Amino acid sequence: MEPIIKVKNIGKKYKITHERGSYISLRDVITIAFKNPFRFAKTKARQVTGFEKKEEFWALKDIDFSVNKGEAIGIIGRNGAGKSTLLKILSQITPPTTGEIVMHGRIGSLLEVGTGFHPELTGRENIFLNGAILGMTRKEIASKFDQIVEFADVVKFLDTPVKYYSSGMYVRLAFSVAAHMEHDILLVDEVLAVGDTEFQKKCLGKMEDVTKENGRTILFISHNMDAIQKLCSRTILLEKGSVMKIGPTKEVIDYYLNASHGQNAVLEFLNNPQKASSIRRISILRNDGTPSTQIPVSEPFKVKVDFTVHGPIKRSVLSMFLYSGGELLLLASESDQTKNLRDYEPGDYSTTIDMPAHLLGLGTYFFHISLQQPKSIAHDIQKDIYLEITDKGNPRSEIFPPGYYTGKISSILNFKTDKIN
Amino acid sequence: MGITTVIRPKKTFSWNDIREIWQYRELLYFFTWRDLKIRYKQTTIGVLWAIIQPVSTMVVFSVFFGSLAKMPSDGIPYPIFVYTGLLFWQFFSAALSQTSSSLISNAAIITKVYFPRIILPVSGVITQFVDFFIASIVLIALMFYYGYVPHLSGLLILPLLLIITFLASVGGGLFLASINVKYRDVKYALPFVIQILMFITPVIYPASIAGKYSWLLAINPMTGVIKGARGALLGTEPINWALLLISFTAVFILFSIGFYYFKKTERYFADIV
Repeated sequence: MEPIIKVKNIGKKYKITHERGSYISLRDVITIAFKNPFRFAKTKARQVTGFEKKEEFWALKDIDFSVNKGEAIGIIGRNGAGKSTLLKILSQITPPTTGEIVMHGRIGSLLEVGTGFHPELTGRENIFLNGAILGMTRKEIASKFDQIVEFADVVKFLDTPVKYYSSGMYVRLAFSVAAHMEHDILLVDEVLAVGDTEFQKKCLGKMEDVTKENGRTILFISHNMDAIQKLCSRTILLEKGSVMKIGPTKEVIDYYLNASHGQNAVLEFLNNPQKASSIRRISILRNDGTPSTQIPVSEPFKVKVDFTVHGPIKRSVLSMFLYSGGELLLLASESDQTKNLRDYEPGDYSTTIDMPAHLLGLGTYFFHISLQQPKSIAHDIQKDIYLEITDKGNPRSEIFPPGYYTGKISSILNFKTDKIN
Repeated sequence: MGITTVIRPKKTFSWNDIREIWQYRELLYFFTWRDLKIRYKQTTIGVLWAIIQPVSTMVVFSVFFGSLAKMPSDGIPYPIFVYTGLLFWQFFSAALSQTSSSLISNAAIITKVYFPRIILPVSGVITQFVDFFIASIVLIALMFYYGYVPHLSGLLILPLLLIITFLASVGGGLFLASINVKYRDVKYALPFVIQILMFITPVIYPASIAGKYSWLLAINPMTGVIKGARGALLGTEPINWALLLISFTAVFILFSIGFYYFKKTERYFADIV
């Protein structure tokens, strides 16, 4: 079968201009041309003939991939990797410099919810306007109108100008219009990062329906790995404008997450004497003291933080923030729980954090370690340290098949059962 | 399905662009609808605004140029003479200034959604049509008051005059809109340029005062339009077809330049707007 999207050799070049600001004024151009007509002509001529090269920057280079009908493809990568540029090219907002893309079917792009919403117009009017901007016909919008209103839950405020809406209502209405686009291909950029958790879930569910039931094709950019994992079968990892990896979502996400720090259990950081203090080393240690990032679920382990204090720091605290998958903060804990925080004299320190067994369920986690004076100064922070909890030696896996209802928290609860009759 | 989109590094123009504008005609309608809705919603006097503006200008001009300065008006009462000119002139000038900012003020949409960009300036001009029609009610009233009956042939020529004005506004607007994206000081220069343009267009004076050089004025397409309108509605002179042809040619050239420049720069709008 022919792929629904075929991307061949796409590249996008931007010229970096060294002018002040993002635009130049006509006045300046005219003044320069009149003051120094010869130099102006010379520079122009050079630019035209290509003798003088402007500084160039390839936001995307040699992008190749194809997508089949009904697939949901995730696009991940660091900020500036070219994700949004790729989506902008796919949605024809900006043309590529090289290459070719062939797409079959109606294309809808959702780079932002509520594009073109006008605060003075009512909810009803904005539904029609926004729908039209997103490429729906008036007939389509009219036939979907009731569903849109119901999904957004704004029936009572339909004839109120949206400037009086709460931000939650606004976002709900905006997403709802977008969610009812009947396009064969949907290009979506991080729009789920809006609204409250409840609504985000509803949106994600809606997007799942769209691909699974209606057989539509979705390209989905997100920083939320959980959402990508839930929705997308395949994922593309972009790095510095090129495709770094493309394949099954789980593989690509694992690769991406590991790539931040590798799977090193002992991480060394530069000592920066300019700062009041630096975190020098973070180690993940198994119960027997051997460093490892693979921790069996039923074993306790330790996180050891070595840091140096250069100048005395007052009333400070060491914190750990533990994240699962994407952005879900699972746990935050500090070295001091009471109000009496500790003052640190210059010198080297070592802190050991005891992590109990059966705290985390199977899966991959990240944590940040920060040294801070609460409410005022962040002395130092190290982010995205990788950790994996494995099934090894888990008594539970002898009862159940692997992966059976593994929660993010794996505390063993005490069940007390009495026979009462 | 059935639709295939091919994205390539952009050429300046292809015939597909024309077909595409037709496909997006509903969006054109919605942008126009939005602009009208907002304009008349935000002002308490709403629709009346479209009348107040030309009428008050007409009154001021009649007092100063007509009564005090005794400006010649080809033997027609000055109020109706100047109002005919103002009607077309204000359509043109308002359309020009509205279109020139149409891309900038819709930057949020341009950078997020694809549609043929030309829709925005075109809808800016269409919006002005509505004001034009509202304001022309006053002209009809004035014609009744002063007892002018237009010739039938004169009425038939009005659509042609409107087409010329429309093309002149779109052509100039497209050009201004695209340079405005790149050079943001255009919007400061424009009101001043429009002011000057008004004085080289026979709005407040008859073209006849230019004597034998009046053909020079004809290069300005609005000269042909305003002269034509006065001839048709007030019977000042027979329709000067040669003059209209010059106007039409000038407008065609203006439109071509505007359209070409717009298409040439269109691809960068989303990157620099």
